[in-house]
Amino acid sequence: MNNNIVNLENVVKRFPAGKTEFTALNKINLTFGEGEFAGLVGPSGSGKTTLLNIIGSLDIPTEGEAIVLNKNIGQLSHKEAAALRNYGIGFIFQTYNLLPVYSVFDNVEFALLLQKMPAEKRRKAVMEALEWVGLAERAHSKPSTLSGGECQRVAIARAMVKKPKIVLADEPSANLDSKNSHHIVQTMKHLNRELKTTFIFSTHDEKVMQYLDRIIYLKDGMVERDEKVNKP
Amino acid sequence: MKKFLLKGIIKDRGRSLLPVIVVATGSLLTVFLYSWLTGVMGESIELSANFNTGEVKVMTKAYALEAEQFPNDLAILDADALIGQLKEFEPEVDWVKRIRFGALADFPDSLGETRGQSPVVGWAVDLFGEGSKEAKRFNLESSLIRGYMPETEGEVLITEELAKRFEVNPGESFTLFGTTMEGGFAFYNLTVSGTIVFGATGIDKGAVIMDINDAQRAFAMEGAAGEILGFLPDKYFNIDGAEDIKSRFNALGIKAAEGESDDFAPVMITLRDQSGMAEMLDYTGAVSGLMIFIFVTAMAIVLWNGGLLGGLRRYAEFGVRLAMGEDKGHIYRSLLYEALMIGTIGSLIGVAVALPIVFYINVHGIDLGGMMQNATMMMPTVVRTHITPTTYYIGFIPGIFSMVLGNALAGIGIYKRQTSRLFNELEV
Repeated sequence: MNNNIVNLENVVKRFPAGKTEFTALNKINLTFGEGEFAGLVGPSGSGKTTLLNIIGSLDIPTEGEAIVLNKNIGQLSHKEAAALRNYGIGFIFQTYNLLPVYSVFDNVEFALLLQKMPAEKRRKAVMEALEWVGLAERAHSKPSTLSGGECQRVAIARAMVKKPKIVLADEPSANLDSKNSHHIVQTMKHLNRELKTTFIFSTHDEKVMQYLDRIIYLKDGMVERDEKVNKP
Repeated sequence: MKKFLLKGIIKDRGRSLLPVIVVATGSLLTVFLYSWLTGVMGESIELSANFNTGEVKVMTKAYALEAEQFPNDLAILDADALIGQLKEFEPEVDWVKRIRFGALADFPDSLGETRGQSPVVGWAVDLFGEGSKEAKRFNLESSLIRGYMPETEGEVLITEELAKRFEVNPGESFTLFGTTMEGGFAFYNLTVSGTIVFGATGIDKGAVIMDINDAQRAFAMEGAAGEILGFLPDKYFNIDGAEDIKSRFNALGIKAAEGESDDFAPVMITLRDQSGMAEMLDYTGAVSGLMIFIFVTAMAIVLWNGGLLGGLRRYAEFGVRLAMGEDKGHIYRSLLYEALMIGTIGSLIGVAVALPIVFYINVHGIDLGGMMQNATMMMPTVVRTHITPTTYYIGFIPGIFSMVLGNALAGIGIYKRQTSRLFNELEV
């Protein structure tokens, strides 16, 4: 039985660039299985973010087929794509993007509000997610009172609270110091093991790369290398 | 979700403070101006009703055709009998007899020779009848400048300007020359009991207010009255009530007295049917509508811009929400819902602030007499706001509608946002 949750077949993505076209992804063939902790690595313009966009149902391929959680991304309506993100995919951004007027609890809760989860169940899930990232005691704090590392941990809790199958993290450690970078990647690694969530990173950061089980090197929109990393 | 949005509105002052201030101000102004305008118009209409038109008016058919000229030769002959019928027909309405006339006032010197003459317009009303509200309708006691209110037959009030022009003082006599009901020459000696100022140039130049019994004697109109005016119990003109009474009365088809032609059969009209009043009533309605339209438009433009600025400020928030799986329609609807909440909160504040002001002015009024000294139109000098059921909700129309409209326009940008750029946009 195939337990791949992401299947990319000959995925091409072109963007108009004046009178010509720029090919951001060129015949990408990749699969990601359940519980993978993988990273997309490559220089700027190599297609990392474009690939995350397609896997995250934020964009559609120009050619080829992208099947994510059994949905053909190219054939989804806007609403269906939103529903896929809502239930199946979590996002972690470089700049956290917490909603500043809401508390930590509210920020994490928002994803569940969209799912119309009952209040009590929601509260338990939010507190559980905050415990995963060690911030349960800061539930009622405002993001402005948290450090960068704490903000990113809230962002992880926000992505994980709905227990998605896939989490896409775009340069999650780029704004953090070394200690916090290790901390948040360790947190994600722990969740990856506990919950069997697939994490796909886009990163340049060596500190992140050392935790990855699989590193996919992209160059000029193509897969240059796809390496499984054997760890003791 | 509603709680989440409300929390955002309360905690995010940038999202709610300016719109709430704009909406509250707009609602306050709308409630105040609406009440003020309807009050001013209502008072003006009421003044016209009290002086000239009544809220309903009964005349003979022939009189009605030339009512502007006060053709007393076509007056109602047995006015008391008709009033009896009218009281039975509509007991709630105050039915009063009136005679309007034009005449010549002749002021004599100490030898009885003519010192000066002036054309005058006259109102003959029930000044002495028990429970008569006519003196109050003409606001005579407050308008009195010199002298006293008429107390016995033959005593009349004249306008102060007329009195000054001919150097007439209270207690002095003059002769009124006019026409009898039969078309004959009439003259009648009267005594000036006091002088009055109505505050309207046209009338103040030369007017006489006298008791109807004196007028009936002066113009040989015993038992007759040019007009019977009806005043409904409502504070302001009740057009629907008046129209209903008119149509029911006219449907009775009361005939003229035996031996008289059908031209002398009574007919009822409402205030609206009389010269210029329909336009005035329509104008009142149109001004209210126009005012709401202007407020809605102006506030919607301000709030549209506020919404656009808010949209820019919340660009990252909307991006995160899109990434988290909220669809564009849901975000747009949540914006409208926020607008509805802010509009309601702002409107509640605006209306809550406006109502005490409006109530205060309704009770105490504002005396604009000093500003109206040269007015040629008959206008009330003390202006009051008018409180109707509409006063309580009219502030919510621009408040909520403009907020929702402004945000609906500003929020269209959400649909133009490309999700494929979210990573780039959110990581700036």
